[in-house]
Amino acid sequence: MPQPLSATNDFVVKFANVNGSGSASANQLFAKSILRMGIPIASRNIFPSNIQGLPTWFEVRVSGEGHLGRRGGVDMMVAMNPQTWDRDVAEIDVGGYLFYDSTKPMPKSKFRDDITVIGVPLTELVNAAYSVARERQLFKNIIYLGALSALLSIDPAVIEQLLAEQYKGKEKLAKSNQEAFHMGRNWAATNLPPIGLKLEKADKVGNRIYIEGNAAAGLGAVYGGATVCAWYPITPSTSLAEGFEKYAKRFRTNKDGTKNYAIVQAEDELASIGIVIGAGWNGARAFTATSGPGISLMQEFVGLSYFAEVPAVIFDVQRAGPSTGMPTRTQQSDVISAAYASHGDTKHLVLFPEDPRECFEFGAAAFDIADRFQSTVFVLLDLDIGMNDWLCEPFAWDDSKRMDRGKVMTAEMLEAGREFGRYLDVDGDGVPFRTYPGTHPSKGAFFTRGTSRDRYAKYSESGAVYVDNMERLLRKFETAKEYVPHPVEKKASRTTPYGVIYYGSSSAAMQEALVALQADGVQLDAMRVRAFPFHNDIQRFIDEHDTVFVVEQNRDAQLRTLLMNECNTDPAKLVAVLHFDGTPITARFIREAIGRKASSVEVVPLRKATP
Amino acid sequence: MSYLKPALKHPGLPKNKLGFTRRDYEGSISTLCAGCGHDSISASIIQSVWELGIEPHRVAKVSGIGCSSKTPDYFLSASHGFNSVHGRMPSVLTGANLANRELIYLGVSGDGDSASIGIGQFAHLMRRGVNMTYIVENNGVYGLTKGQFSATSDKGSKAKKGAINTDEPIDLVAMALQLGATYVGRSFSGDKTQLVPLIMGALSHQGVALIDCISPCVAFNNHEGSTKSYDYVREHNESVNKLDVILGRAPITAEYAPGEVTEVAQHDGSVLRLRKLHEDYDPTDRVAAMNYLARHKAMGEIVTGLLFVDPDPEDLHASLGTVATPLNQLNDDVLVPGAAALEKLNAALR
Repeated sequence: MPQPLSATNDFVVKFANVNGSGSASANQLFAKSILRMGIPIASRNIFPSNIQGLPTWFEVRVSGEGHLGRRGGVDMMVAMNPQTWDRDVAEIDVGGYLFYDSTKPMPKSKFRDDITVIGVPLTELVNAAYSVARERQLFKNIIYLGALSALLSIDPAVIEQLLAEQYKGKEKLAKSNQEAFHMGRNWAATNLPPIGLKLEKADKVGNRIYIEGNAAAGLGAVYGGATVCAWYPITPSTSLAEGFEKYAKRFRTNKDGTKNYAIVQAEDELASIGIVIGAGWNGARAFTATSGPGISLMQEFVGLSYFAEVPAVIFDVQRAGPSTGMPTRTQQSDVISAAYASHGDTKHLVLFPEDPRECFEFGAAAFDIADRFQSTVFVLLDLDIGMNDWLCEPFAWDDSKRMDRGKVMTAEMLEAGREFGRYLDVDGDGVPFRTYPGTHPSKGAFFTRGTSRDRYAKYSESGAVYVDNMERLLRKFETAKEYVPHPVEKKASRTTPYGVIYYGSSSAAMQEALVALQADGVQLDAMRVRAFPFHNDIQRFIDEHDTVFVVEQNRDAQLRTLLMNECNTDPAKLVAVLHFDGTPITARFIREAIGRKASSVEVVPLRKATP
Repeated sequence: MSYLKPALKHPGLPKNKLGFTRRDYEGSISTLCAGCGHDSISASIIQSVWELGIEPHRVAKVSGIGCSSKTPDYFLSASHGFNSVHGRMPSVLTGANLANRELIYLGVSGDGDSASIGIGQFAHLMRRGVNMTYIVENNGVYGLTKGQFSATSDKGSKAKKGAINTDEPIDLVAMALQLGATYVGRSFSGDKTQLVPLIMGALSHQGVALIDCISPCVAFNNHEGSTKSYDYVREHNESVNKLDVILGRAPITAEYAPGEVTEVAQHDGSVLRLRKLHEDYDPTDRVAAMNYLARHKAMGEIVTGLLFVDPDPEDLHASLGTVATPLNQLNDDVLVPGAAALEKLNAALR
């Protein structure tokens, strides 16, 4: 038997559960208790497209160093699902630990001899203490939480506090949960020897918060002043609209019960985006939340928004695949279909948040950008950011900030004799003024349509008029480059011909990989792209390097394609690093892939180069 | 092409209560074929809005794509208009209505736009009860693409090139009744005396109002064998009532025999006075209206008139409980919870 793994504040625990068994609540407590001990964690749900019965996993990476990407590998498996037993046991790293319910004896062949097996008779314990079937099912989870707390040295006071918070006002429930917790904890303390994985209180969490990206984006929409939400349920975006509803209900309900917002669950994605565009045309801030299949359905309308110049915000929580199969797996595979959505010559504004903090920030900013440029703004989340709780910087807001409603001509301006041409480029930035319907009895009304109109919104099929408008739309897009979030650059410690471009949820794994690659002797300047159109700094960054790796979570190197299209560069310079199996990208993967490719483009690792 | 009309007006033109003449409610010159039923509907819309004394800029016109959907350009040029995408007027109008509940919403669509590509959005708008007037300019044919059958073409109806339609028609009036529309009428573009009061009643109605207006296509569906031609519709038109929209509760002046007149008071103060043309017709009974419609369809009649009205409709804003102030007028103070609220939220997420 190899040496059992020994680590403090740096390991991965994975829970294998059955969907609908109530394990999520216990697993959340586990994760949160570690955070409360001041130790950073990264947690991820790996779940099926199912409500009850199918396997589901919850992975907690404990990282005293603060790495928030998925690490890869499992140090301890909490195997609570007989259905997936074999593969769960197989997944444990050599020297790792298997925690299981030992009530029912299992043949020796079901185990491995290179791991430490920890049996706790959970069913026996729970059956002895409880008689109601649902109680047995739920408390079994709390009992294993208790046992784990003893094994890993979780402070029991922290769990007690969390239970008290969770069941505030339901003291009876809090008490029974605490009893179950201590039952497991005492059993483990009495019957199990200590193991090599340990938690020690630290102060590495600071004032960071722990929240999922979808809820954060929904909150961002509240702060961004959105008043109309039209959506159609689709995994993994559903909790975004629900998040908006939750926060809007809390912050936007008047004393008389009326609401300062409207939410419509539409009949499909076509209606959702139609409602958003109708509301945007009429001067309300409106959004929809969807995923890839919804983006496909919305294409025609997105084009209308581009040509008719109507603001709209689309939160796209990306996932893999159409139809059935991968809807609960993560990807960054809508980059092209968002950036170039619709027929005709179109380009759209796209934002790429890296974590829930940016989901909030961009979720609010998207409405200013949409109003400013009178066009659709996509906010591209993915399942990994959207549906997992992330440790991130707290949300911040500047109370002096006001909504930027863009160029809106008011009745007073019209009355004062300002010239109004709906598609007239008065400032040379490509952005025209608009009026809201009903503004003025005799001035400022116009007829909105697609491409066939002149600068004063009069119908025209003239080629010259069309070209004039299309060129102005390009100028507008150019103006947007400075207005959208700029890229974030991180220089290597010394000059290097190698750069890496990444975005969105790959960020956490990339940060970790950069540290590891540097230790391997691979120097990389890094740039995180946060928006499309690409800021000029991105062109400069590409120009400054001989080779630029582009790390993304899709098969077709979609951001790389976009860079090739929009920047002036030799495609051979942009080397794709692609992860697309539906699981979140890991630092190990990036390190290995770039390490291999860097050597193939003849990077001499510094450690070997310097004698 | 659009043409500007001369601004010169005859000083003696009649004015409405706001001092506007009908000319103030006109739009660009129509580009539809001479004799098109749709132009008569546009004229009826102009007449209705003028008679009601609505300020033109308080109306928002939304349409989809097709001959019918081009018409909002041909009336109310002082109103904002939106020529959206094919079959999706209902969703765009729903969004517009959510943004500002104070404007008057007029959706114009056609039989292809509403009964084929847009049938889903048509149905769901009716279910939601968006406060609007929904006019379907129904000619049973695709005009802009030159003569294909639409989903409202009657089974057995003949196309201009001779093909016979083999599919069952969709009756939007029957659908609207079934889906909960609160004002449902059918009319004929050639019968302005019936259509104008129907549109006036619809514009005054505070819920979803559908008018299915049969509007012959002179270019592709006005021939022998078509069931949407001027001749056929005139011959088979069975009007159930004659509507007068009374503004400001004017007393009944004409003499009617008892039971001959039904009055329906609407929320905006207008009164719909219905003179019965069919003895057994009660326009406030939804189920009876559906039965009547089915029975008379079987007899080959085209039932017209105000077929159903709910005097006490609820609209989408009522279901959602939205604030009375239009959402597009709410400012930062109302919409943005601020830094202090955010700090509390942060604290709860640790």
